[in-house]
Amino acid sequence: MIDLENVTKAYSTGIHALNGVSLHIDKGEFVFIVGDSGSGKSTLIKLLLKELDPTSGTIKVNGINLNKMKQRAIPKYRRKIGVVFQDFRLLKDRNVYENIAFAQRVVITPSKNIRKNVPAMLSLVGLAEKYKSYPKQLSGGEQQRVALARALVNRPNILLADEPTGNLDPKNSKEIMKLLETINERGTTVVVVTHNQEIVDQMKKRVIAMHRGVIISDERKAGYIQHAN
Amino acid sequence: MTSVRLGTYSMRISTIGYCLKQGFKNIWRNKMFSLASVATMSICIFLFGLFFCVVKNFQFMVKEVESGVSVSVFFDEEVSQDQAAMDEIGAKIRARDEVEEANFVSAEETWESYKYIYFAEAPELADGFANDNPLAKQAHYEIYLKDVEGQSSLVEYLESMEGIRRVNKSVEVADILTSFNLLVGYVSVAIIILLLCVSVFLISNTVTIGIAVRKEEIAIMKLIGATNSFVKAPFVVEGILIGVIGGAIPLTILYFLYTKLMGYMSGQFDSLSGFIRFMPVDTLFQTLLPVGLALGVGIGFFGSFLTIRKHLRV
Repeated sequence: MIDLENVTKAYSTGIHALNGVSLHIDKGEFVFIVGDSGSGKSTLIKLLLKELDPTSGTIKVNGINLNKMKQRAIPKYRRKIGVVFQDFRLLKDRNVYENIAFAQRVVITPSKNIRKNVPAMLSLVGLAEKYKSYPKQLSGGEQQRVALARALVNRPNILLADEPTGNLDPKNSKEIMKLLETINERGTTVVVVTHNQEIVDQMKKRVIAMHRGVIISDERKAGYIQHAN
Repeated sequence: MTSVRLGTYSMRISTIGYCLKQGFKNIWRNKMFSLASVATMSICIFLFGLFFCVVKNFQFMVKEVESGVSVSVFFDEEVSQDQAAMDEIGAKIRARDEVEEANFVSAEETWESYKYIYFAEAPELADGFANDNPLAKQAHYEIYLKDVEGQSSLVEYLESMEGIRRVNKSVEVADILTSFNLLVGYVSVAIIILLLCVSVFLISNTVTIGIAVRKEEIAIMKLIGATNSFVKAPFVVEGILIGVIGGAIPLTILYFLYTKLMGYMSGQFDSLSGFIRFMPVDTLFQTLLPVGLALGVGIGFFGSFLTIRKHLRV
């Protein structure tokens, strides 16, 4: 599903954000990627979204070699990947329903299907009642659930979550994680980038730890790995 | 197969509908800048329209004057007695490209119109000439030109013809009209180009601000997997709409202004109507309306399209 082979990403400043990273994630897996800031986690997400290109090495997602992907093919590729961020990135001038419907319109879904899919997604994330609310009327946890619904409405087979609980209290963080687990059980591959130790320890999933652009450990059913500096 | 096709078709329509709606919304969200763009665009197209009216009317009047500019050709004595020879010359004149119309005026007709002008108050004096036409040798052709520009070449030709005694022409009128026509042409092209540049710049500014305001939204769209055209379409719609509104307003104002002004002019300056005739408003707008609207849409389209290309490297 996701294959990285000896991937290096060097920025023009000379910093090596990733240094010879190789990793394989299977279909249907739930994976945490942990590490301090500057460890290369966010660069990894950007490479997977093809926002950045690697300096060297090969990245394959869903069997497609991203290095060889043409500019024109990027939108179609991204539709197969759902993504959520720490800062939710909702459209502030549109209500919950419109935020989710927006993702469907972007991929040119007929209006009839949008009217069916959006409420279903809202029920899944437990926000069916609040479809008319605007982002500023929602709590952080609720906003992240809207973002999740938006990421999932186009039925991606991979969900990338970049610090999804970074702005949430422990209770909301737990709920979001539970939701991610449900999504994973339905067959979506979930990759969560985080430095929330508590959550990682509770979930007992595969944990890939990174430090200064290198993978320092990759263990199944592990806790948060404290690496020596 | 049909249903798939129908499905695709309906999807496209809903997407077009969505882009149109977003275009309208963009204008609404960006009210002040949109308003400023519409206003400046209106002024530009209004000025263009005003200029167009002036130029068209000038050309219209020039045509009227031109159609009155004539060249008269008088024959040698022997020829003026020989109708067949005069007809032959007439046929040659009519065959010339510059000639719109050539009318033969016989000696009798010449005398009649002369009498009418000079003996209008004492017709009995003219009767004294009885059957002895004093203008017996003055049979001639009155030649009307298609364009004043053709006068000098025609005169040159006529003067070189056998059997021609004299060619009467109005060189000055022709020369003045020709050079004035050219000047008006150059000035109008220059002003129109200037106005177009200003308008494109203004639309471009509005769209740039629109893009800056919606930077986050565009980034989200791109992450979700929106195609370039899907991201761009609402901005192009916005530009075109500003163009249409910015074109329709000044054209409507011009229409009423022109109609009012024509009414006022014909009422106030009755005596002028013999010399100056303005172009009818409907004839004028047959060209001005499509040209003005096309200009608005064109400026809107290119202004927004070029700006998005520059700012949205998606």
